[in-house]
Amino acid sequence: MPGKLKAKIVAGRHLPVMDRASDLTDAFVEVKFGNTTFKTDVYPKSLNPQWNSEWFKFEVDDEDLQDEPLQITVLDHDTYSANDAIGKVYIDIDPLLSSEAATVISGWFPIYDTIHGIRGEINVLVKVDLFNDLNRFRQSSCGVKFFCTTSIPRCYRAALVHGFVEELVVNEDPEYQWIDRIRTPRASNEARQRLISLMSGELQRKIGLKVLEMGGNAVVGYLQCFDLEGESGLVVRAIGTACTLDKLIPGSEIKESPLAHGCRSSHNSPVHSACSSQRLSHSQNFSVSVPTLVFTGMGSGISVGKEAGPLKTLLRQQAQSALEQREFPFFTLTCFPPGFLVHIGGVVSARSVKLLDRIHNPDEPETRDAWWEEIRQEIKSHAKALGCHAVVGYSESTTICEEVCILSASGTAAMLNPRFMREGSVCVYSRFDDASPPSCGFCHIPYDEFNMPFPAQLTYCYHCRRQKVPDVLFTTIDLPAEAAVTGKGCLIQARLCRTKKKAQGEVNATAISNLLPFMEYELHTQLMNKLKLRCMNALFGLRIQISVGENMLLGLASATGVYLSALPAPGGIQIAGKTPSDLSYDQHISTMQKRINDTIAMNKELYNIHPPECIEEVVGSPIPDRQRSRLFRSTSESSDELSELDLSHGKKDAFVLEVCYALLRCLSIYLSLSPGFYSCNTEVMPGIYNWTSGLQMFTSVRVYRLNNANLTNQGLNKIFTDLCENLLKSLYFKLRSMIPCCLCHLNFTVAVPEEELIQVRRHTPKNTSPILFIFPINILVKIKLCVFVCFPGSGENEEQLQFSMELCGESTSSNNQPTAKPSVSSVDYGSFADRCSTWLELLRLKAHTIRRGSVKTTSSSERCSPLPEVRSRSLRSTRSLPCGAPVTVVKMTPLSFLPRTRIVKYLGIINMFFIRETTSLREEGGVSGFLHSFIAEVFAMVRAHVAALGGNAVVSYSMKECVFMENPNKNQAQCLINVSGDAVIFVRESDQEAIPPLITCGQTSTTGADGTT
Amino acid sequence: MSVELDVFVGNTTIMDEEVYQFWLDGYTVNDAVKVRMEGGVLEECEASAEVLRSDTMDQYRTFQMCERLLHSPAKLANQLLFQIPPHRQAMLIERYYTFDGVFVREVLGKKLSKGTKKDLDDVSAKTGVTLKSCRRQFDNFKRVFKVVEELKGPLVENIRQHFLLSDKLARDYAAIVFFANNRFETGKKKLHYLTFQDFAFCAGQLIIVHCNHSRVLMRPALIGKEFLQDLKELKILITDKDLLDQHKSLVCTALRGKTKAFNEMEANFKNLSRGLVNIAAKLTNTKDVRDFFIDLVEKFIEPCRSDKWTAGDMRLYLTHYTNSAHILDTFKHQVVWDRYMGVIKSCILKMYHD
Repeated sequence: MPGKLKAKIVAGRHLPVMDRASDLTDAFVEVKFGNTTFKTDVYPKSLNPQWNSEWFKFEVDDEDLQDEPLQITVLDHDTYSANDAIGKVYIDIDPLLSSEAATVISGWFPIYDTIHGIRGEINVLVKVDLFNDLNRFRQSSCGVKFFCTTSIPRCYRAALVHGFVEELVVNEDPEYQWIDRIRTPRASNEARQRLISLMSGELQRKIGLKVLEMGGNAVVGYLQCFDLEGESGLVVRAIGTACTLDKLIPGSEIKESPLAHGCRSSHNSPVHSACSSQRLSHSQNFSVSVPTLVFTGMGSGISVGKEAGPLKTLLRQQAQSALEQREFPFFTLTCFPPGFLVHIGGVVSARSVKLLDRIHNPDEPETRDAWWEEIRQEIKSHAKALGCHAVVGYSESTTICEEVCILSASGTAAMLNPRFMREGSVCVYSRFDDASPPSCGFCHIPYDEFNMPFPAQLTYCYHCRRQKVPDVLFTTIDLPAEAAVTGKGCLIQARLCRTKKKAQGEVNATAISNLLPFMEYELHTQLMNKLKLRCMNALFGLRIQISVGENMLLGLASATGVYLSALPAPGGIQIAGKTPSDLSYDQHISTMQKRINDTIAMNKELYNIHPPECIEEVVGSPIPDRQRSRLFRSTSESSDELSELDLSHGKKDAFVLEVCYALLRCLSIYLSLSPGFYSCNTEVMPGIYNWTSGLQMFTSVRVYRLNNANLTNQGLNKIFTDLCENLLKSLYFKLRSMIPCCLCHLNFTVAVPEEELIQVRRHTPKNTSPILFIFPINILVKIKLCVFVCFPGSGENEEQLQFSMELCGESTSSNNQPTAKPSVSSVDYGSFADRCSTWLELLRLKAHTIRRGSVKTTSSSERCSPLPEVRSRSLRSTRSLPCGAPVTVVKMTPLSFLPRTRIVKYLGIINMFFIRETTSLREEGGVSGFLHSFIAEVFAMVRAHVAALGGNAVVSYSMKECVFMENPNKNQAQCLINVSGDAVIFVRESDQEAIPPLITCGQTSTTGADGTT
Repeated sequence: MSVELDVFVGNTTIMDEEVYQFWLDGYTVNDAVKVRMEGGVLEECEASAEVLRSDTMDQYRTFQMCERLLHSPAKLANQLLFQIPPHRQAMLIERYYTFDGVFVREVLGKKLSKGTKKDLDDVSAKTGVTLKSCRRQFDNFKRVFKVVEELKGPLVENIRQHFLLSDKLARDYAAIVFFANNRFETGKKKLHYLTFQDFAFCAGQLIIVHCNHSRVLMRPALIGKEFLQDLKELKILITDKDLLDQHKSLVCTALRGKTKAFNEMEANFKNLSRGLVNIAAKLTNTKDVRDFFIDLVEKFIEPCRSDKWTAGDMRLYLTHYTNSAHILDTFKHQVVWDRYMGVIKSCILKMYHD
């Protein structure tokens, strides 16, 4: 009995009217944990009951503490009939189990009902007393910390990075149990919510055990996913990176000395070959030719380069031996401590098509374990082929359509520093370190240049001139902080639609697996061409999503393009026609070529890419034709913009024109959006360094219905591209008031829900009627998470910029100058009370910048000056709250940090699953109204949980799942949402800076107050 | 291909003030899109009509979801569903409760009942305010009325605290509630020239006095029980012939030579004085209270206007008329007189225009 859970129900507010006669409610509360239930007294006739209950105490095993959520049900007492449920609150008590996280959960929680949504709020207090249990064979793993963040959390130091952990649990889906035929939708939804909550608790506990076994104390980059397989069950799986983290004492020097243990993580399971599975995969590092590289006056460069050869082999040997002990040398991290990453090979990915109805015993995890094992092995071998011993930025995903399931895994093959693998090799590291500076070292090829895994053009690194680099680099990780970048980055997307015949079972699976390689190839070609069009040479954060529908496959690849200074300049794009001779045709080609060249030139300006070209000029080396990549036809019929250059294929003119327009359209879109807007799907925008703390997270969901059932590949591609572009356009429009800004961590997700399928699969009485449409196809495009960060760009801030920002300077000057003009030291914040807080932020930032400049020249007493203003601002903001206890402002962001703030404490992982269903769709404002309020409710519940833990932000927030089903004929809809993130407490950096001088003056308590503003 | 579902939700609720105004004004989504397009947002951002429509729909949905909260503004601050910065909350509330002058002029003094609500389409047609907006404004009046009716303490302060409105708006609401409660006649043709602000000012004058219950408070302050009898006593000024003559001669002496309209003043003195004092006497009868404004216009303002008094004349006359009563040695009700005339004087001065 190693734990005691205590809960106290304080009060309720804004309850719904349950008794029509009196317009009041007689509410009471049931508190349930495991199999124990307590009840409060009935608080009669009130919409704002004050229960003020005693402490309800549950004595439970810590195993249960980890698995079970605390379940609070608010009911309306009814003397004659059954009590009506008002709603429920599930509280995950996991954050209380770790000594370093939260100590108490206390606050207002929205009371949630799966049919009615949020119905009032309840104030709850929860505490846990843990007793130490030293039993070696215990089943719990209390105290292991979980982080969704895919980098080492900000206030910790990685003492050891152990490696990959994974786990998977399977259960029957309550939605598909026989009992679902007779129970109410509410009961069924609640059973599902509870089950998933239990399963994710169990999953975390099991992963925690593995971590403890490895000797770690935390999981970083924890990624949990649900597979709603339907009949065959419900799978919850998770991967992560086990670490030993040490808490940093604020102010102490950050010293990174991560060391990795050799530990095997995943358990072996017998491999069931689930019939008709086809795998395919390929490493993604295609090459395009590079300009000849000439050395100028760097005599030593060559010799060092040669020297590095043996060093590299030595390094590889060491690292390999360290990592070989491990089954899967995978890391879910995308950001690394400096020096961790030595070289990057390229993207490795593997996909496999499986049939769900052929699982021998669906309730057991073995089959799925075997599937994933297979894929991971493949990834591992790909990495080896690239001369790398590890995979970083690793992630796994699935897409399910009826009984077909595609499992995908991808990551970036990399060489890690042996220092992180084993002790005692520091000297080698330091020598090696000299050989490749951090700003370009990771670009250097890890593989043997005479024995390349794929055709690539190698050149000497443009930065250090000592080692070879490839001409382009594709990765799934974030841009390393130390990387040297020219200009700014931008979001690059490749979109692709492929129709396929409707089929069943194996035939279907075979058809899909036959299509997949073509899709990957085309997506890749598209990415490559778009990259070149923007005059960039590297992709970061690459994420390729393939989703299956009944009669189509969708591919969406997003990444952030960057010009890495170390890599050679990308060549232009040259269009080559295979059947010339026709004069007008040649003309077409030449005009098109000209347009493409113009575009590239414009993009160079736009993204501020001005690589030093002197080398070529000095030597006068002829730029050979090889520099230009030649686009040859792809054999496939279908296609999109650039890969569509299938010129030997009849209908030439039409094609040329189309390509032309497609290119220009794509070009014009990007140009028109550019002033003040930037977007990327990585954590930070390369080339922009002056973030403000004004930040906005949003979710956007769109569903399109395709009317025409017999659409061609080409037509679909166009539609799909338009959809994505429109969505982006729409975002830019909505956020226009916040220019200049940057959309970071844009995360697109597509799905192809099939209407009739949903209906057929639901056996519940609510939804049995067959659907009448013949082939309705919905494309669900979700931009799930985007952060929006404003950055100031006008003249005053130039001093802070490392790269000048002419573009945004223009866009802000009109907005910003008038307010910013008064000498900054005497800015009257009160006068801006009505302005958007972003501008306030911006002004404050400006004031701060200027002041920081002055610190250098004046005495330290000056340094205190920002604080009074900061404080008065926070005072004012609390005062201006109309009345009552103000609701804590909780920021949410998919980033792992908040710009211009410092995270002082991680309070625990947030992992919540909600179902919402309605039988009055029209009354709730149609599908849009329904989903709009549901998403708002989910946000509200996440914020409430974070606030109850004492936090003021969620970082690494992500909406993992958003499944939407509707039946407009029956006026019904259902939606499932899964969100996760890390609850944190942050304080503003400026406050921090202002504190030191104050502490010496004897005033210490400023952080807490300001942190909540 | 059609857009089936299109949703955009921000952690901090994103709102466009311009669209909010369209929504408040009862524009349909299509109309709002049209107006916005004409407004030139599109050129600014090179967005398409589709984008604009999607944005407008999103905003409208957000406002609809917020509307429930706006009905009891205090909830907006401690609800959890929308994260809205405080200054935005204040803006939302203030704008939601702002009303159109033309609309309120039509319903001023009417009973805030279902019957009146049914006639709103006529009001809408007459004023050009959309029916949706009319309903919102009417419901706002009704809501404020209902809440304030039950509360003790000063009217304006109650409204301000309960609905978190600005001082100006709270005063206007107090006036509306006051008029509705006493059902002052404001719709007669003779009163058409008066604006809502005129009435609101008079209402403010009439409800200055504090009582401890709104039900009482919402009746004109002059009818406080203690004054009921005293107001009747003022009649002596017109019934006692000596007193009337004495009063007249005092006023005339004071006014002589100071105004061009002196002759008319002298000639009309008895009529005007009778008018004002009769109004005071009438106030004691609750049913006659609703004719207060019409009486004031018919018995006093119109005669003066036909005699071409200027506003300065009016002020001069009223001042001396009030003050001269103090010199009358047989007139004992100085306090009531001052209080009554203070209110009446400021009302008349406000209402004396074209």
